[in-house]
Amino acid sequence: MKLLKNHPKYVHFIALLTVFFLLCLTVTPNETNILWRLPPLFAGLPGSINGFAEHLMYDWFPVEIYDPELEEYETSALVRELTRGFSRGVLFCIEFVREILLGGVKTIVVFTSWDFVGDNKWAVWPALPWTVVSGGVMLLGYALRGKALALLAGLATAYIAIFGQWEPAMETLSFVLIAAPVSCLLGLFLGAVAYKSKAAETILMPLLNVAQTMPHFSYLIPVMVFFGVGDHAGAIATIIFATPPMIRLTLLGLKRVSLEVIEAGAMNGCTNAQMMLKVLIPTARRDILIGTNQVIMQCLAMAVIASFIGAKGLGFNLLLALNQLRIGQALELGICIVLIAVVLDKLSLAWANKQTDYFADYRFVQRHKYGIFFLVFLVTCVMLSVLGKFIFAGGINYFHLIPHNQGITTELFWQSGVDWMVENWYRGLQTFNNWLIIDVLMPMKTAYLGMPVSATFVLVMGIGFIIGGLRSALIVGGLLLFIAFTEWWDRALITAYMTSFAVLVSALIGIVVGSLCAQNSFASKLILVVCDTLQTFPSFIYLIPVIMLFGVTDTSVLIAVIVYATIPAVRYTVEGLSSVPATLQDAGSMSGVNKLQRWVNIEMPLAFPHIMLGVNQTVVFALFMVIIGAMIGTDDLGQYILKALSDKNGIGNGLMLGLCVAFLGLAVDHLIRTWADQKKVALGMA
Amino acid sequence: MTSQAIKNGAKPVIKCSSVYKVFGENAKKLLAKSNGRVDAKIFKDAGCVVGVNNASFEVYEGEILVVMGLSGSGKSTLLRCISRLTDTTAGDIFIDGQDLLAMTSKQLIELRRSKMGMVFQNFGLLPHKTVLENIAFPLQIKGKSTDDSVKRALEMVKLVGLDGRENYFPRQLSGGQQQRVGIARSLAVEPDIWFLDEPFSALDPLIRKEMQDEFLRLQGVLNKTILFVTHDFNEALRLADRIAIMKDGVIEQLDTPANIVLRPATEYVRKFTEEVPREKVLKIESVMDPAVDASLLGPLQVSNGAIIYTVAEAILTEPKHVAVINTLGEVVGSIHSAKIISMLFGQGNATHDKV
Repeated sequence: MKLLKNHPKYVHFIALLTVFFLLCLTVTPNETNILWRLPPLFAGLPGSINGFAEHLMYDWFPVEIYDPELEEYETSALVRELTRGFSRGVLFCIEFVREILLGGVKTIVVFTSWDFVGDNKWAVWPALPWTVVSGGVMLLGYALRGKALALLAGLATAYIAIFGQWEPAMETLSFVLIAAPVSCLLGLFLGAVAYKSKAAETILMPLLNVAQTMPHFSYLIPVMVFFGVGDHAGAIATIIFATPPMIRLTLLGLKRVSLEVIEAGAMNGCTNAQMMLKVLIPTARRDILIGTNQVIMQCLAMAVIASFIGAKGLGFNLLLALNQLRIGQALELGICIVLIAVVLDKLSLAWANKQTDYFADYRFVQRHKYGIFFLVFLVTCVMLSVLGKFIFAGGINYFHLIPHNQGITTELFWQSGVDWMVENWYRGLQTFNNWLIIDVLMPMKTAYLGMPVSATFVLVMGIGFIIGGLRSALIVGGLLLFIAFTEWWDRALITAYMTSFAVLVSALIGIVVGSLCAQNSFASKLILVVCDTLQTFPSFIYLIPVIMLFGVTDTSVLIAVIVYATIPAVRYTVEGLSSVPATLQDAGSMSGVNKLQRWVNIEMPLAFPHIMLGVNQTVVFALFMVIIGAMIGTDDLGQYILKALSDKNGIGNGLMLGLCVAFLGLAVDHLIRTWADQKKVALGMA
Repeated sequence: MTSQAIKNGAKPVIKCSSVYKVFGENAKKLLAKSNGRVDAKIFKDAGCVVGVNNASFEVYEGEILVVMGLSGSGKSTLLRCISRLTDTTAGDIFIDGQDLLAMTSKQLIELRRSKMGMVFQNFGLLPHKTVLENIAFPLQIKGKSTDDSVKRALEMVKLVGLDGRENYFPRQLSGGQQQRVGIARSLAVEPDIWFLDEPFSALDPLIRKEMQDEFLRLQGVLNKTILFVTHDFNEALRLADRIAIMKDGVIEQLDTPANIVLRPATEYVRKFTEEVPREKVLKIESVMDPAVDASLLGPLQVSNGAIIYTVAEAILTEPKHVAVINTLGEVVGSIHSAKIISMLFGQGNATHDKV
């Protein structure tokens, strides 16, 4: 009794659970019973969104446009022409970069015409030899960090070239090279605006929250409707997805500039523009460059998903291979993508951490040594490739470019390995699979679907109230209400069950592994490096091995989700445990604690808020992965989003579904964050 | 120098008239209601914090005015009001006769680019620029050509004694060196008014003394009008022509160091002056006898502007009276070793007060 008296929140929680179970037992499944399921009041919303989009694209504000090919005027909607023009611009840029890397005629055509190119066979831009790109990247790595990075870059590019994936890799790279700078500049601009105007910041922040929790697929649909299909559409979707982290980090960096530097700038008579461009942004350089790093990683993560709307490159090929169950090839392609991700990540991080060095003392040669070296290298390699044309006459010019899928391939090796694994472990895997589905997942799914909506709301809003008071309860309730009024409440429940199962397992594994590693400083460093590396892998990569072993089932998705979502749990646990103040650790030692007592009494309570933030990330990661798992075939919200992609009138559904997923994530995020903040204040760590 | 300026009716470079700075949501309203009589406690209960409470004073050309106070006394706030990094809640500030608070932002920027320079407690250097680039920064902002900026910046580097380190970055310099860069930067545009906000507080005690000497040397060469903020009373005594002691936003006393030590106006000021060794602060003219009896004078003569402890030994070993002369060589008073002894070891204050 005393225990309950001292902890009133536990009493509330028990009372809440009682009400919850009462409701579950008493309310019967009946479509018209409002306590069971809310009427789908928003069912008409997707239709109206569709109608609105159509109106915008086809009817609103007609303008006369001259079509040069047909040589006549046609009427078209303003929005359509604007988006078309924008698409053309983006496509031109992408093709331009692509042709520098891979050669081609399209850019020449833009400046001349198809007839010109047809008549003059020599008017073809040659591809850049792979050696040049490889050398360039190595040089960049050396300039930014040192020999280790140069070696990594060199090996990565060599791998891609030798295994015959050069062309698709360059297609993906040109895609990133256009999307990333645009996102960076846009993010920088918006971040600066949010810094200067409090109103802009208050509007922007919730938008960013939603934007970052909406699943990738949801972005594709409106982009497809307004911009069509193709590389440019993929780039535009990527830009929309990659800009929010840049905005956040720019804002953070600008806010962290010390007041004195700003005052010094003011006292030197800076105008507003000078203050932003010469004082604020350069001083916030590191955070801004970390934002750039995040943008690049997001661009690569979108590479596969963008292939859904026609973006060419490694992502597209990977998707094909997965669909044809050619695991060996999928694996090789996956490695390529991972290598590009790791190299770009390390290069941009090295750039962020690089301190400016002073060069005015050096002579011309020293100052431009990298540029000069690159030029020399370029000339040498071009000569080599010309030479190669004669040496390898008739065959593949290894010094120039190894065409797609004609390099070495270990596909057969992997394929036979997979086959062997499947053959020998089939019984075991099947038993495990069956047990998991029948004894764990199915009951859980039924339980979730068997919850009356009133019970769910009572539970969730009750928890919100206990943690954060009325405000939290209302926020969480509002978010869920939106989902409840759509027709997809049941689908959302399925997503929820999969996510909660994954989160439970991930959090458990993460905390245990993290706690074990945190005991030893070498293990901590090692596991953090492993987490870093694994986190650069685009999320769908995790699907490859599980499809291999478990086929196309809910289990594969869940295992992939668990693997992916465990990473933040491990990392935040290690970080949290390592940052327990040394004084407290010493105090514990002098009190004579053993390892377990230390962990229970000192380390866990103090690391708790940080670990909760890790669990928060775990939830977000899990939710994302579950939606991506729709690619393998589940029957939750993700599956419906995928369907909306191929639906002509899918924009309404796609957006609404995306918002449902986002709101699920935001509700959990709000609860966990509020709880963690409270704990922090209680521990005096705010 | 200041008394001379005041006597000549010189116009002040900086003039503050009933300046108030109150932080809080209803600051302006509360202030208007209070009708000039601000009670910090009433304001605090209303959720406002009084930063500066009715500050009125003038700073004359070429003088060093040190604003001294403990944390929370409002000294930094006052400086930021005068440099208009913060806006005042009420009152007027005039720079060279111009109304500072009525200036447009364009005029303000022009003023800062040509007439003002400021040194900060934590240096405020741009981390991504070298020493030379940091010093040249205000010149570049002004729009000067790179050649001119670099030339001037190099002069400043020599002035503060950082030759050979022009191409270093702030992270490669010690605290004292970084502050020298801050000083050089603030002087690059040849400002008439020089603001220093606790410039030496972040430095080690030994370096602090060096920097104070450096500061006095620069002032000797440049002769700027200076507003210097510090929390160190000894530093104030060492550097100031006049000191303004602040407490809770109010200027408790504004006077020369000698007068503050001799005649502290409030109990608060007295607490600071109690620990000060008088002989190291006061000049002979503060303790001399204006009456001169030529028959009693010995051969020794001391300057009226000499700090007492520098000539104490000489006076103590001279059995006769000592003549006190001014800069022109005229005898303006006399002093005897008995006076010095009572000053050094006695309980009371000097009986002849004169400044």
